[in-house]
Amino acid sequence: MSTKKDYEDIPGTFIFDADRGREGYQLNRFCISLRLQKNRDEFNAGEEAYLDKYPMTAEQREAVLKREWNEMLALGGNIYYTSKLAANDGINFQELAGIMTGMGREAYRKMMLEGGRSPEGNRYKHEWDERGEN
Amino acid sequence: MARITAGVGCSHVPAIGVAMDTKNTQAPYWKPCFAGFEKSRKWMKEANADVIFLVYNDHCTAFDASCIPTFALGCAAEFHPADEGWGPRPVPVVKNHQKMASHIAQSLILDEFDITIMNEMEVDHGLTVPLSLMFGEHGVDDEWPALVIPLCVNVVQYPAPTGNRCYNLGKAIRLAVESYDEDLNVVIFGTGGMSHQLQYKRAGLINSEWDAEFLDRLTSDPVGLSQMPHVEYLREAGSEGVEMVMWHVMRGSLDDEVREVHRHYHVPASNTAVGHIILENKSS
Repeated sequence: MSTKKDYEDIPGTFIFDADRGREGYQLNRFCISLRLQKNRDEFNAGEEAYLDKYPMTAEQREAVLKREWNEMLALGGNIYYTSKLAANDGINFQELAGIMTGMGREAYRKMMLEGGRSPEGNRYKHEWDERGEN
Repeated sequence: MARITAGVGCSHVPAIGVAMDTKNTQAPYWKPCFAGFEKSRKWMKEANADVIFLVYNDHCTAFDASCIPTFALGCAAEFHPADEGWGPRPVPVVKNHQKMASHIAQSLILDEFDITIMNEMEVDHGLTVPLSLMFGEHGVDDEWPALVIPLCVNVVQYPAPTGNRCYNLGKAIRLAVESYDEDLNVVIFGTGGMSHQLQYKRAGLINSEWDAEFLDRLTSDPVGLSQMPHVEYLREAGSEGVEMVMWHVMRGSLDDEVREVHRHYHVPASNTAVGHIILENKSS
């Protein structure tokens, strides 16, 4: 029997489940290490050498080096972890959301001030497919 | 005997802590968010709680991916605010009622809730932001007005415990508190939420209608509410909206019949809908 995942039809969303936790383990371990200043200093002094300490996949490593935020999530990263890398780069949660949604900082901030993204038309993947948004 | 007299539901958005720590609460962006807590702070003072039982989630601070307990009870003498990447919050060290925490741990496990016991733990914004919202400004050298027993719930890696499990844990916490032989007034906090999604292309989701119904049903239909499947939280309230399961622990520990004495709802705080409610037991 395989694990039932009734949450995979939600658009624009990665649910960080046990499979993603397994795949993203080293990537997330690296990200959370940046919680501490001494590790941030070491990482910022030489990203490649610092990343050698975390045996992640080549794709994960490339996504980190290129700051491909959505790709990190696709490869098992979790937002509470990847946000530590963003914070190291001077990007806060709301700015990061602006990047991940492709809206940009100002448009995203404006959407939030106007009450956020409505659930209407944003509940199922087929709703996004029909609008060509996936 | 100790008794739980009231429950508080409260968001724990980190940006709220930053706004307080940088004295920015009267800025136009933040003013309406904090205005809704003025009454709460008066209420909190009058409630005169000896102990806060605080249900929250750690955000990869005390528990990184290497260890993910579903329920972990803080049993240390004290808990220091953690450095989450921008230095520890300038708020007081959190002091436990350690003897009562040990009693609750023992009672819960014999009641078949296999919790993890934490004898050392740092606490992050998930715990300190609700304390700041309810108790107001307190500096590093100050003391929180009550002792705090922290309970961490995993909501970061799916699946979080079910709403039903959380509700029943609340019932077991009540039994544990009531079997503690010291005259203590305990207020329980359930924190997190409300609707929000922090990640990927659907980030920014807010569902005010869903949030309002959730707040209503805490009084009118708490048992039915606790039966909500995870997929509904994820779809309707955003991937991080599943944090709301922690409010069921709070609700389960109260009387079946409660009085709603205060409610506040505000969008946005950063990416999140701020929700807040105060429920008093009808019997107290």
